[in-house]
Amino acid sequence: MSSETKQILTTDGIPLEISLKKAERKNKIKAFLLVAPLLLFLIITYIFPIGEMFTRSIDDKMITNMLPKTFKSMESWDGKELPSEEVFASFLSDFKILVEKKEHGKLAQRLNKEKNGFNTITKKLFRQVKRNKIDETQSIKEQIMKVHKRWRNVEYWQAIKRTAPPYTSAKYLKAMDMYLNEDNKITQVSEDRRIHRILWLRTVEVAFFVTVFCFLMGYPIAHLLATLPMKYSNLLMICVLLPFWTSLLVRTASWMILLQQQGVVNDFFVMIGLVSDDNRPEMMYNKVGTYVAMTQILLPFMVLPLYSVMKTISPSLMRAGKSLGGTPFVAFWKVYFPLTIPGIGAGCLLVFILAIGYYITPALVGGASGTLISNQIAYHMKTTLDWSFASAMGLMLLGGVLVIYWLYNKLVGVDNIKLG
Amino acid sequence: MSKNTEFVKFDKVDKSYDGKVLVVKDLNLNISEGEFITMLGPSGSGKTTCLMMLAGFETPTNGEIYLDSNPISNIPPHKRGIGMVFQNYALFPHMTVYENLAFPLRVRKVQKDEIDKKVDKALSMVSLSGFESRMPAQLSGGQQQRVAVARALVFDPAVVLMDEPLGALDKNLRESMQYEIKHIHENIGVTVVYVTHDQGEALTMSNRIAVFNDGKVQQLSSPDKLYEEPVNSFVAEFIGENNTFGGEVTDISKDVCKVKLQNGEILANPVSVTSKGDKTTVSIRPERALINPKDKMDNNQTGKIEEVIYHGDHTRVRLDLLGNKEFILKVPNSSNDLDLKLGNEIKVGWNSQDARALDPK
Repeated sequence: MSSETKQILTTDGIPLEISLKKAERKNKIKAFLLVAPLLLFLIITYIFPIGEMFTRSIDDKMITNMLPKTFKSMESWDGKELPSEEVFASFLSDFKILVEKKEHGKLAQRLNKEKNGFNTITKKLFRQVKRNKIDETQSIKEQIMKVHKRWRNVEYWQAIKRTAPPYTSAKYLKAMDMYLNEDNKITQVSEDRRIHRILWLRTVEVAFFVTVFCFLMGYPIAHLLATLPMKYSNLLMICVLLPFWTSLLVRTASWMILLQQQGVVNDFFVMIGLVSDDNRPEMMYNKVGTYVAMTQILLPFMVLPLYSVMKTISPSLMRAGKSLGGTPFVAFWKVYFPLTIPGIGAGCLLVFILAIGYYITPALVGGASGTLISNQIAYHMKTTLDWSFASAMGLMLLGGVLVIYWLYNKLVGVDNIKLG
Repeated sequence: MSKNTEFVKFDKVDKSYDGKVLVVKDLNLNISEGEFITMLGPSGSGKTTCLMMLAGFETPTNGEIYLDSNPISNIPPHKRGIGMVFQNYALFPHMTVYENLAFPLRVRKVQKDEIDKKVDKALSMVSLSGFESRMPAQLSGGQQQRVAVARALVFDPAVVLMDEPLGALDKNLRESMQYEIKHIHENIGVTVVYVTHDQGEALTMSNRIAVFNDGKVQQLSSPDKLYEEPVNSFVAEFIGENNTFGGEVTDISKDVCKVKLQNGEILANPVSVTSKGDKTTVSIRPERALINPKDKMDNNQTGKIEEVIYHGDHTRVRLDLLGNKEFILKVPNSSNDLDLKLGNEIKVGWNSQDARALDPK
């Protein structure tokens, strides 16, 4: 038979392959249309904002647009000695435009961030310009240098030049307590001003220990859930899920009631004589409070993946382990435990990732020593309004999570994760 | 070498899960060394509970179980040294075949080369040599089954328990595995306690069968005796096919009794009836009742054909006989001279010896 070489036709005479593609194309379009709204939603609410955050975190165009002529003329300046007359002249002309637009304040603010002291000298220059004291027929360089002695300092001009590129990594460096110094070298800030690195380390530490506590508490609970008879396990399941049905704020507030110095737990300790009344331990507004509240709140995320994995492990496997001569511990360790690893991986990853970005609970019960990087992000979003810095830290957090995910994939394999 | 006939001994064992119902009632059972004994019964009859008590996963509520004359109720499962094949094989899915088989040896701290030797031997016994590095999920159902058997035997246990091990296999595979397990048993002479609800399996494989119902052993005997001479109507019903008549004994002697039915009278073998007036159920195997018997038989009746079903090697004929509309006959395919048509009246005869008058249903 030559059926392999002959083209196969459908009964209508159309080649089979074409016909098949046609029939499947319809299904593909249908399937795509079904997911299209979700895809659009994701793009609008997730991918677009992340892109926006990224551009905001590195964006430094504002000053580039404010001083176009200055930067143009600065291109030929080597940056070692004071710039030439031309640079001073173009700076003045840029500055005059800003004064007209009443944007000189912004410039001062931005430059002051780069180097302290710009505020004063910009104000002084503004006054001179406003009163038309600068005579453009004479040397502008000399006149500006007379306004304030700092205008004679080359470091301030170097600072202006550093702000020239439209993009900057300064926010990322700042989040690591570092900055670009005058020589464009990455330098650490002075020791008393290093706050972010402590926050990062604390965030990772808290997330790690919360994950460990969740695992230690969640594993037995999940095992119990998976092995108890239905009527008890349903009740227990409700207890595990109860936190999901209560508002996060309510839960955190109840922890505050429990943990404060005049709170229920301390009262109890005093009552049973564990601590004396005038020496109640502080369990809130520090790391203890953060650990306790976050562990309780994130526990379901550990229990549920573990439970769904344990549910699939046949009880006869443990029995087989025992009947073959393994002690209950050996049967558990060699048979049961390895089979729960996919659940452990999923649970730990979930809890760790959620914990690393946790915000409300540490903000309410964390106090000064219990705040995390997310609180710092919120602080810059709401109080200092330094959104680009907040964006940079947010993206660093996201990057950290991706790194953890990648590491996990290398070590355990993401295919092994089982969420249900 | 004289074999210990009380190698495994259930002594007055009761078991209750909820304190209200006895799942196993006053069980006394002796299993001799090297025997293949099957616990057969419908689900919920207590057979699996007995097996679990022997394995150590359940404790008897009352009574004691002895293994080689030692009471074992207080010994945890891992110290009993009993091999077990589970219903769904219970192979460890994260271990290779080799690791599965090595598990019982490793926990016993056997030397590495010794383990290799034993695993090799066990695998060749179930003809799976060369499968050491496979994962259980890469094996077919039958192969997994054989690995499970090999694992239960690899550490040379004195007793091997099998809990419906062939239940998940298809019919052909099940049959060939039955023979394979039987041959393994014959070759190594281990004591096997086998639980099943499949009577065919039980009849093919066992030395003796214990028929369970309602928490009690109804009959304990060899397969042929069980089939030919059931001691009560439950066993007669449960094992093989069966035609029954309910009636009352009107006359009784040593070998034969007269049973009055609703419309008619037959002669029967008095098994569990003792005196006149006893209610009884008479049980006759379909193949013992013949159509137009050539030999002289002491029961001769006429019945009307209600249904004829062709089965290939034989034909099943359903008769309306003495008021029983469910009277089944099996006619071998060779006797094609018979006129088996619906509505025809045919003559049927059987010996009173084969009509067993048992307890009333």
